[in-house]
Amino acid sequence: MLAVFKREFKSYFANPLGFIILAVIFFFLGLGFYQIFSAGAPYTEYVVLFPAQIGLLYFVIPVITMRLFSDERRTKTDQVLFTAPVKLINIVLGKFLASFVLFAIGFVPTIIYQIIVSAFVSVNLFYYVYSLIGVLLFGAALIAVGMFISSLTESPIISIIFTLIINLFIMFAGSFAGMITVPSATTWYGTAWAWIVQQFVNFLNGMDFVSVLGSFGNQAFAVKDVIYFISITAAFIFLTERSLETRRWS
Amino acid sequence: MIEVTGLSKRYGTYLAVENVSFSINKGEVVGFLGPNGAGKSTIMNILTGYLSLTQGKVTIDGFDIAENPEEAKRRIGYLPELPPLYTDMKVREYLNFVYDLKKVKFPKGPHIDEIMRLVRIDHVQNRLIKNLSKGYRQRVGFAQALIGNPDVLILDEPTVGLDPQQIIEIRNLITRLGKNHTIILSSHILSEIQAVCDRIIIINYGEIIADDLQDNLSEKLSTDHSLVARVICDERDMLAALKTVKGVKDVTLLGKKESGAYDFEIIPEEGVDVRAGVSGRIAERKKQLLSLTSNRLTLEQIFLKLTQAPNNDEARRMLGLDETDEIEAEDTTGIIIEMPEENVTEEGEQ
Repeated sequence: MLAVFKREFKSYFANPLGFIILAVIFFFLGLGFYQIFSAGAPYTEYVVLFPAQIGLLYFVIPVITMRLFSDERRTKTDQVLFTAPVKLINIVLGKFLASFVLFAIGFVPTIIYQIIVSAFVSVNLFYYVYSLIGVLLFGAALIAVGMFISSLTESPIISIIFTLIINLFIMFAGSFAGMITVPSATTWYGTAWAWIVQQFVNFLNGMDFVSVLGSFGNQAFAVKDVIYFISITAAFIFLTERSLETRRWS
Repeated sequence: MIEVTGLSKRYGTYLAVENVSFSINKGEVVGFLGPNGAGKSTIMNILTGYLSLTQGKVTIDGFDIAENPEEAKRRIGYLPELPPLYTDMKVREYLNFVYDLKKVKFPKGPHIDEIMRLVRIDHVQNRLIKNLSKGYRQRVGFAQALIGNPDVLILDEPTVGLDPQQIIEIRNLITRLGKNHTIILSSHILSEIQAVCDRIIIINYGEIIADDLQDNLSEKLSTDHSLVARVICDERDMLAALKTVKGVKDVTLLGKKESGAYDFEIIPEEGVDVRAGVSGRIAERKKQLLSLTSNRLTLEQIFLKLTQAPNNDEARRMLGLDETDEIEAEDTTGIIIEMPEENVTEEGEQ
């Protein structure tokens, strides 16, 4: 697992991609910090969670994950991985961790911002820590989804496009859910239909990562929210492993 | 060392490998021979655990590849058709990665140094793989397979796309490795396999159609051979004269090939060498013999015919596995057939 992690992580910096990803994250975090701090707000709680920054992640993470398995399959380098005496899940975990660490490094500057803020006002550190945990968990879930898509195709381009589509769906799931009104029912089939619509709305609400993420920023930190992201992450890591295993059989 | 029983692989409805069984003992060097698309790579991918099998059982040193993949894979070094190289890495960096990936127990530095010396890539160890030539990439692929010193080496067309000099080097390397490894090597070029393997398994349309030691195969496949004589003479007289040579079964006139010179195909009786008799008779008539060539089918030609067979029953019949039918020598007039093996290869490589 460590070998795969090291190689994968290094490969981000073998070409400009890794640097570009970090530069983009740094830039938007810095911009967000600047805008809020220069607005002169009585700023006692620095949080990592600005809507703009979260929106950014939907676009950055597909770039991080697009090559994970698709490129290996295209160049057939997966032959060295899958014929090595290593469990498939360890290869998947190694790749996941490499992406996750790159993503996490993108949030290192926020430590500096936090220090700057606390130099001027007394702050509640928990706001920052909670929101950071939230963002990292949120990113982990998106990375797992992206990795799964990448394991389905040979082309990084198709991988990035499909990951983007799914991410956009996740992004707007909450708004879609708000737009749908569940019909009131009088007949039995009306009730059935209402039930179906209700389930769909529940599903969309369930897909709404951001509202779950919000609870971290509001310090309404709950175990269920942590479990929400961790279980999505675990599910997609597992699906990735299955999809790679299935490919051996096709 | 390697036991394969009833192996089949199905891609959707297409049966790529059908009921293949063989067993390979420790220390053997075995060649998989077959045209492109015969199923060689599929079998190799299954042996190394890259693909699953639809039916059958594969064990490596007693470990089932399906049930105990890690132990089985630990014993195999695999060089796929396209060496699985991360081109953005340096040679040494890549080998370090493979070393870590395979969880090798030998001391890291010396082990990798030794392998790099063996395949002669130590002088390019700090170069990016993407800047290496095809020959060097192939050798890095070899080095990758050798890491961890596995007992079994599986090499899928290791010399494809290399120049003649590199082919000889790779062959020598395989011969050297063959002394203390079990090797399976695939190729669609017979002489390739003749040069390094003791035993040949011929695969066509996903089935094994022959599995024997090289010497036995040659014996089985070689047919009665004819001679072609080119003589400056009057064709009718000479035809009659040659027919009366002792041991000659039949003579046919093949036609005029040079001005004043005719070619005759001379079919001797089984097991008789008629060359002295033929040249003696021509001299007797005071005619000039320009050339006398053997028309024996080489393994190469037989293999070519074999792989052009429309199906495996036909191919088996050609191989003489069905005794009723004999292989007919092709008309190869004017071509010197018994080329040295190397020449045949180079031609085949292109």
